[in-house]
Amino acid sequence: MIRRTIRKSGNLVLFFTVVLLCGGCVAKTMYYWGEYEDIVYDMYMTPGKADPLTQIEKLTKDIQRAEKEKKPVPPGIYMHLGMIYAMEGNFALAKNAFEEEKRRYPESTVLINRLQSNMNIREQK
Amino acid sequence: MNWIFSNRLNPIFILFGLLIIVLTGCVGPPAPYDYSNLIASNPTSILVIPPRNNSMEVNAPYIFLSTITKPLVEKGYYVFPVSVIDTFFKENGMQTTDDMNSVPLDKIREIIKPDAVLYADIEKWGQEYQIISSKGIVKYSFRLLDGETGALLWNGKAKAVATSGDGGGGIAGLLVSAVVDQVMSSVLDPTVNLSRSAHERSINHLTQGLLSGPYKKEPNK
Repeated sequence: MIRRTIRKSGNLVLFFTVVLLCGGCVAKTMYYWGEYEDIVYDMYMTPGKADPLTQIEKLTKDIQRAEKEKKPVPPGIYMHLGMIYAMEGNFALAKNAFEEEKRRYPESTVLINRLQSNMNIREQK
Repeated sequence: MNWIFSNRLNPIFILFGLLIIVLTGCVGPPAPYDYSNLIASNPTSILVIPPRNNSMEVNAPYIFLSTITKPLVEKGYYVFPVSVIDTFFKENGMQTTDDMNSVPLDKIREIIKPDAVLYADIEKWGQEYQIISSKGIVKYSFRLLDGETGALLWNGKAKAVATSGDGGGGIAGLLVSAVVDQVMSSVLDPTVNLSRSAHERSINHLTQGLLSGPYKKEPNK
């Protein structure tokens, strides 16, 4: 009876140890975040590090990595990328990025349509 | 001593009982948040308005914006990209976050149509100097409103304080600063992690936190 109790409590200790150790692990995220937070920080705090070409390079790399890791691209990334392409005058790639955002996240539709029409006006100038 | 127990309605027992009730009320945890509006609204998309700033750090709203997206999205919501929103406001004549906070809800609905809008007021951001020490602190209040009706869905105060030793200062901080070019700028700014803590604590609070949104999936174990 005592031996059984000791074995059971031993298993319990092992269980909680494993749980505690795993609690120290980095929490898994639903999405692939890559360098997005750093990009946004740099845009406002150290703009020299977040020029359009650097942003395009980092974001497109992140999108590729997300695909490799089979994790979705977070909400807003494609829209942000579209904004950067539009700033660079690359309206075709901007349009593609905006379409990607709309396709993945239909709740972005109203704003995307607005950004798209603003861009068309700029393109015609 | 028998007289104490002889009368069940003895005032001593009544007083004692009241004392217990009052004390338990005083030290008990706050009631959980009333989520009835949030549940009725059931928002999917959240628009974060660049926050009002009453702190000493002029860049506080933008550091806030750089860390607010991830915890909200990971909670299961669609969040409009903060830089696009900020740029859009600026291109339309709103230069300060105070201006942006003054945009009426029907205008926001017309242009962006978010299910919910998050407003925040930053109270403290950065080093708070005391007599012989300083502490890093991030403190803000927030409210989430229904995009259609303006009803209050969720609100509260968020706060994170750096305990001495991990505020990013001191000799260790100076040594790290020497490697500036190679290191992410955000790593050198202690308010970045403080803001992350503040967001996490309010969003994921057990009884006052934000309910999970429609995109929330439990991670594969």
